[in-house]
Amino acid sequence: MTEPMIRVRGLHKSFGALEVLKGIDIDIHPGEVVVLFGRSGSGKSTFLRCVNFLEEPTTGSVEVAGVEVSAGPPTRQRKSAIRDLRIRCGMVFQQFNLFPHMTVIENVMEAPLRVKGESTADVRDRALALLVDVGLDDKADEHPIRLSGGQQQRVAIARALAMQPQVMLFDEPTSALDPELIHEVLAVMKRLAETHSTTMVVVTHEMGFAREVADRMCFFHEGIIFEQGTPAEMFAQAREPETQRFLDAVI
Amino acid sequence: MTNKADGEAVPQTRHGLAHSLEVASLRVPFRVKVALVWAVIAVLLAVAFTRSGFDVEWMIEKAPAIVKGAWVTVLFSVIAITGATLLALLGALGRVSRNPIAYGVSGFYTSFFRGTPLIVQLFLWYLALPQLAQGLLPQEYAQWFIWPAQVAGIVGIAFNYGAYMTEIFRSGIEAVPHGQSEAAEALGMSYRQRMRRVVLPQAARIVIPPTGNEFIAMIKDTALIGLLGTTLLWADPFRVAQLTGKADFRNLEALIVAALVYWGLTGIFSFFQRKLETRMSKGYVRTVPA
Repeated sequence: MTEPMIRVRGLHKSFGALEVLKGIDIDIHPGEVVVLFGRSGSGKSTFLRCVNFLEEPTTGSVEVAGVEVSAGPPTRQRKSAIRDLRIRCGMVFQQFNLFPHMTVIENVMEAPLRVKGESTADVRDRALALLVDVGLDDKADEHPIRLSGGQQQRVAIARALAMQPQVMLFDEPTSALDPELIHEVLAVMKRLAETHSTTMVVVTHEMGFAREVADRMCFFHEGIIFEQGTPAEMFAQAREPETQRFLDAVI
Repeated sequence: MTNKADGEAVPQTRHGLAHSLEVASLRVPFRVKVALVWAVIAVLLAVAFTRSGFDVEWMIEKAPAIVKGAWVTVLFSVIAITGATLLALLGALGRVSRNPIAYGVSGFYTSFFRGTPLIVQLFLWYLALPQLAQGLLPQEYAQWFIWPAQVAGIVGIAFNYGAYMTEIFRSGIEAVPHGQSEAAEALGMSYRQRMRRVVLPQAARIVIPPTGNEFIAMIKDTALIGLLGTTLLWADPFRVAQLTGKADFRNLEALIVAALVYWGLTGIFSFFQRKLETRMSKGYVRTVPA
């Protein structure tokens, strides 16, 4: 087996007295699509946000594409390691979080220009190509407010991809969308997984997407990965009654 | 029962008159009515002034000197708002910082300058600072802190308004949804980049209306600088009006002119402020108003 793309060891996270993550260990391989699911409060989103240090883990370590960062104080050296790690991780949020004061193409170009310091011409070409990919090149010069939720989320995916990350993290990317717009976002994600073989970690309740696209599903329960397996295994018969109960409830 | 009979009988005619007046009034547009109210106020004031022996000729003769002071007001205000904006930006970044020095210094700054009267602060800069400098520094350096009244006044106003604007800017920064900064963070942007490229441009839109109000208040407060004492060259409309009015015992005429100058300046600025707000709303309204 090749080196894992993401390696997480002994990850704990507490908010005050509340321990949300109680020791997560996982290896995710290049090109693998992992779906994290579970009840709200089970720690799946917190885990995802710990992977790129939007939440500071209490203890443990995360390695993404060869950049390893452990829990610790915010020293200058550690901060720069976290930035290196983030450049390798694209993230898509439930609320899209596009920059409202910039046009669509400016949103996509911002990070490659400012963070990587690439030339405007190169970045513009790549940004336009990405907007073509997500079917929104005709909206390049609009402000995000003129777009539907599904369109905004597709721009958010293009914005994350513009940094040419090695890993994509999706934090409930369709939960804020109207039902009829969910499909267009899932279609973009599916193409990403299948034709670009991007390594993806997806927190979602879309079990249809999980069944079709995921290589592995991890059931989060009370701060640990309670059970994991391929979608085929999971949907046929989960080993744990707890997992089965949840699956029965959401399907 | 009797009440009901009264209620129907007596006000019937009155009701008819009030009713027809109301109907007539409905045909007059609201704006016309408001204009009428303003006109009535103007007439009342004119009558009051005339009866008090208001000397229009004197006013017309002396007005240009007073109006000329407006450039002093504008100059002082522009310098002071520039300084206040810079101070407020630093102050606000301090207020949202987790660095104890930045947080502590900005906290002291807003507390002191919002907690003491502006006029006291002006005199502190003008009279007390030189004394402090003399006590602390060798003579040749201490002299640098003996400022003309105009400089002390502008610095004083900038620091005072900067403190109020710090709180405006801070609340503007905090009003930008946290997800914005988080998205920028996830893209690998540094603290500086997040602030400069994502948070502050959005906060700017939020703080423009209240900052405009501060500027309007500042235009008027520059009149206080004259109280430190000033030369005729740097005299603002209020100062000129005081001097000329006192000389001829025409205080009413002179001060009215000064008041009109400030009123006009704030009116002009309010107009531009509205224009700016419309321009800044780009990206926040689905259809731009024509």
